[in-house]
Amino acid sequence: MLEVKHLEKSYQKDKPALTDINFSVEPGTFVAIIGPSGAGKTTILRSLNQLIKDDGGQILLDGGDIRTANKTQLRHYRRQIGMVFQNYNLVERLTVIENVLHGRLGYKSTLAGVFGRYTEEEKQEALTLLKKVGLEEFALQRCSDLSGGQKQRVGIARSLIQHPKIILCDEPIASLDPASSQTVMQLLKDLTTEFNIICIANLHQIGLAKDYADRIIGIRHGKMVFDEDADTLSEEILETLYDQNATEELG
Amino acid sequence: MQTPVNYLARKHWKQTGIIALIGGIYLLSSYVLKFDGLGGVIAIPKAFAWLGINFRPTANSTQYLPSIWQKLLGTVMLAIASTVVASIIAIFVAILGSKVTGGNSIIQTIVRGIASFFRNIPLVAWAMILLFSFKQSDFTGFLALLLMSVGYLIRAFMEIIEDEASETMLALKATGASYFQVIFQAVIPQIMPSLISWILYMIENNVRDATLVGILTGTGIGFVFDIYYKSFRFDAAGMTVLSIIIVVIVLELLSNQIRKVIL
Repeated sequence: MLEVKHLEKSYQKDKPALTDINFSVEPGTFVAIIGPSGAGKTTILRSLNQLIKDDGGQILLDGGDIRTANKTQLRHYRRQIGMVFQNYNLVERLTVIENVLHGRLGYKSTLAGVFGRYTEEEKQEALTLLKKVGLEEFALQRCSDLSGGQKQRVGIARSLIQHPKIILCDEPIASLDPASSQTVMQLLKDLTTEFNIICIANLHQIGLAKDYADRIIGIRHGKMVFDEDADTLSEEILETLYDQNATEELG
Repeated sequence: MQTPVNYLARKHWKQTGIIALIGGIYLLSSYVLKFDGLGGVIAIPKAFAWLGINFRPTANSTQYLPSIWQKLLGTVMLAIASTVVASIIAIFVAILGSKVTGGNSIIQTIVRGIASFFRNIPLVAWAMILLFSFKQSDFTGFLALLLMSVGYLIRAFMEIIEDEASETMLALKATGASYFQVIFQAVIPQIMPSLISWILYMIENNVRDATLVGILTGTGIGFVFDIYYKSFRFDAAGMTVLSIIIVVIVLELLSNQIRKVIL
């Protein structure tokens, strides 16, 4: 279970990027975070695995606070948290299976990781996961030869091989065409249930968020505007999130 | 109030002003140096005609070919060796000094300082300085090329790392991978094509520069050229230049081919 309490962050003095973010998520839940550009969605996501150091609050994963972890503890937390990126962030020149196996690095000794020595089980698991995301035939292809949707599925396989409790998706479909977007969203939804994990995705597409997510959190100017079940989310609440006039007044 | 029309008009005047300024600087400096630009231009065809007549290799000058090629091969090897060693040094220093993989800002500043120090002392000056310690030997030339290349490559590699590796680095850091795992599994594989491209460019460049260094350090193809030139065997000197040109062109074609395959 993930609990976020009173999370704060500001990049410049007196200009808070996040103020008092509170939510908690049970395993098996797919959460979408929506909001205008610059609202602080990415900051929340990257605080959760401490790629961005926040300024205050608590982030509890099964009771342990990620924010106060030392270097080794942080590595141990991070390997339980997969991350999927808008630009996939794969090593394009390496093969698909090598990129998937990168997800195991957090579990390996430094030397074994540096030389890329993976066990037989790890390789088998990588192939199984590739099958799950529908790319088993591409295992030995270079990632640079894949399409955007395929690359993103490699990214998802890379996060799954970490045996994660959480998968964070930073705009996972922002660079994809509609069909690939649907595939990726469906995959994330299915995996969330199958592996009983927490999936948190930043999204711009409200329609897709409502279709696939269980819960939707709305962020504006670094504050939580709502936190609702996807089914019960009403149009009025959504309008407050993207209301142009209100945005200009506040901005 | 600035309208788009008068903004564009002002921009036009600014551009005209800058061109006039550059022209003025040229005229002023030629006046100060008493440099006759027109005379220089007119002399160019004559100079080339002289070159064509005196430096043209004759049937007689083919007898120099074996010694020219032997020295030329040595020079190419020297350039390759110094570039390869420089690249290995430069990649580690660049990782240490780049914004995304490097240490704290003090280390970054020191690395940038070292790189610019080696880069900004001219090759000829390096050769002359090193001559005192290492005398006239291949090693002097090797070292001069090495220092210069290290300076250039550190700078280039740092920029490559910052441009190309930061995203994948972030992804692997997020999986809990340690620093060295990230460097060897993400950064180095990711930047390898650009790295090789730069190393090839540096080799081409160093083959040309090795000729110049050779004149100073009395080794390699530069030395051969110097001897022929100073003993007025211009046809042999011309043959040497021709051989260098051929080798440089062949190297360039070769490295373009390699680039095509790896990129």
